[in-house]
Amino acid sequence: MATRKAVEVYLDLLSQPCRAVQIFLRSTTIPHTVKPVALRRGENKTSEFTKLNPMQKVPVMVDNGFVLTESDAILKYLATNYDVPDHWYPRHPERRAKVNEYTAWHQTNTRPHAAKVFILEVLMPRMTGQPAEPTRVQKALVELSGTLDKLEDMFLKRQPFLCGDDISLADLLAVCEIMQPLGGGRDILQDRPKLLSWKSRVQSALKDSFDEGHAVLYRLRDRSKAKL
Amino acid sequence: MPLELFLDLYSQPCRSVYIFAKRNNIKFDFKKISLFGGEQYAEEFGKINMIRKAPAMRDVDFCLAESIAIMTYLSEKFQTPDHWYPADIHKRARVNEYLSWQHTAIRLQGAKVFWLRLLIPKMLGEEVPKEKMAAALEDLDGSLKLIEEKFLEEKPFIAGDEISLADLVAIVEIMQPVGSGLNVFEGRPKLSAWRDRVRAAIGPELFDETHQIVLNAQEWVNTMDGSTVQAYKPKILRLFM
Repeated sequence: MATRKAVEVYLDLLSQPCRAVQIFLRSTTIPHTVKPVALRRGENKTSEFTKLNPMQKVPVMVDNGFVLTESDAILKYLATNYDVPDHWYPRHPERRAKVNEYTAWHQTNTRPHAAKVFILEVLMPRMTGQPAEPTRVQKALVELSGTLDKLEDMFLKRQPFLCGDDISLADLLAVCEIMQPLGGGRDILQDRPKLLSWKSRVQSALKDSFDEGHAVLYRLRDRSKAKL
Repeated sequence: MPLELFLDLYSQPCRSVYIFAKRNNIKFDFKKISLFGGEQYAEEFGKINMIRKAPAMRDVDFCLAESIAIMTYLSEKFQTPDHWYPADIHKRARVNEYLSWQHTAIRLQGAKVFWLRLLIPKMLGEEVPKEKMAAALEDLDGSLKLIEEKFLEEKPFIAGDEISLADLVAIVEIMQPVGSGLNVFEGRPKLSAWRDRVRAAIGPELFDETHQIVLNAQEWVNTMDGSTVQAYKPKILRLFM
C-alpha cells in the first residue's frame, strides 16, 4: 500500500479563509505542506494554478489527489478525516447543527462585511493609487457594526464561544475575518468588551498558532500604522 | 410535539427545506411566515429564531436557522437516504464545497436578477439603470457557467450519480430568476438536462407545486400589497442597486 502523502494546502496568509485553514492545521498538528500563493503577485492566475482551481481562488486543499476548494468545506473535511478534538466540529447532531448554522450565516454576514472595510482601506488604494473614499468606508463600517452587534446579541448572548462552551470551526472562521481590518491599522473591537473577551478566549485556545497565522497581517498593520 | 418548520415559499431556501422534508416523508407542522409582511420581525418569532430569518426550525426545544444547517440536521435525525448528504467523506466534501460557494454566488445573483427585473420596478416603483441590469445578468451568467463547468462537469449530479442537497439548493436558487420571466435554461442544454434529472429525482409534482409561487410572480406582483415592503426600500436598494 502506498504511503499517504501529507495533505497540501495552497494558501495566501493575507486571505482570511486561508488563515483559518493554516491555524487549524497548526493547532491540531495535522501533518501538512503549505504551498504559498501570492495573490498580490497574481500567482492565482497562472495556468498551473488555474488547472488546479479554475476559480483562481485560495485556499485549495489537495489530499492525495483529492482537490477541494472553499475553506468551510476544507475545514469540515479535515475535522472529519483526521483525529481532532470533538469540539471543533462536534459529532452530536444538535451541536454540529449550531456550527453549521453559524458557518452558513458567516458567508453573507461576517465575511463580506469585515472584508469590505479591508478592501476599501487597503486593497483598493493599493490597486488604484487613490486614497480610500471616506463615505464608502463609513457605510462599510456601519454595516460591519451591525454584524458585530449581531455576533454579540445573538451568538455570544449566553455562551463563551459562538456555538457553545468550547471553541469550534465557527470561532476560527469568525476571528480570522474580524482580524482583517487590522491590516489597515483599524481595530474594530476597541469599544466592544464582549467581543474582545471572546477574541481573548479564542486566542488562548489557539495558542501560538494564532499569532503565527497572523504574522503577515501584523506586518501589514505595522506598515499601515507607520503611514497614518 | 411534531417538528415545526417556519417557511415562506416565496423564499428560495424555504423551498429547499420544504422539498427535502416532503420528499423524505418527514412529518412537520408547516408554520407559514410572511417575509413580505415583515413577520420575521415579530417578537414571537425572535424567540424561536434569534437570526430572524426564514427558514427556521423548532424541534421540541431545539431551534435552528439556515436552510443548510436545518437540512443536514434533518438528514441525520431522520436517517434520510445517504445520497442526500453522503457519509463518504469525499462525496460529502463535494456537497459542502457547493453549499459553501453558492451563498455569495448563484444565491446572490439569482436573487438580484429577480429583484432588479421584477420586484424593484413593479413593487417598489423604482427604475433600474440599464448598466446595473446588464452587470447583474453577466454575473448570473458567470455563476451558471461555473455550475455547469466546475460543479457538474460530466456528472449527472453535483456529487456524482445521485441527487444531493447540493442539487436541491442549486435548483431553488436557479428557479428564482426564472420567476421574473428570464428563461436561464435557454441555450444551456447541459443545465436543462440536469434540471430535468433533479425534477425527476425530487418528484415532478412536488417540484412543480413548490415552485408555483415563484413561477407566478409576474402575476402576483401586480396584485400584492407592497406597502410593508416599501418600509424596507432603502435597505433593498442598498443591497441590490
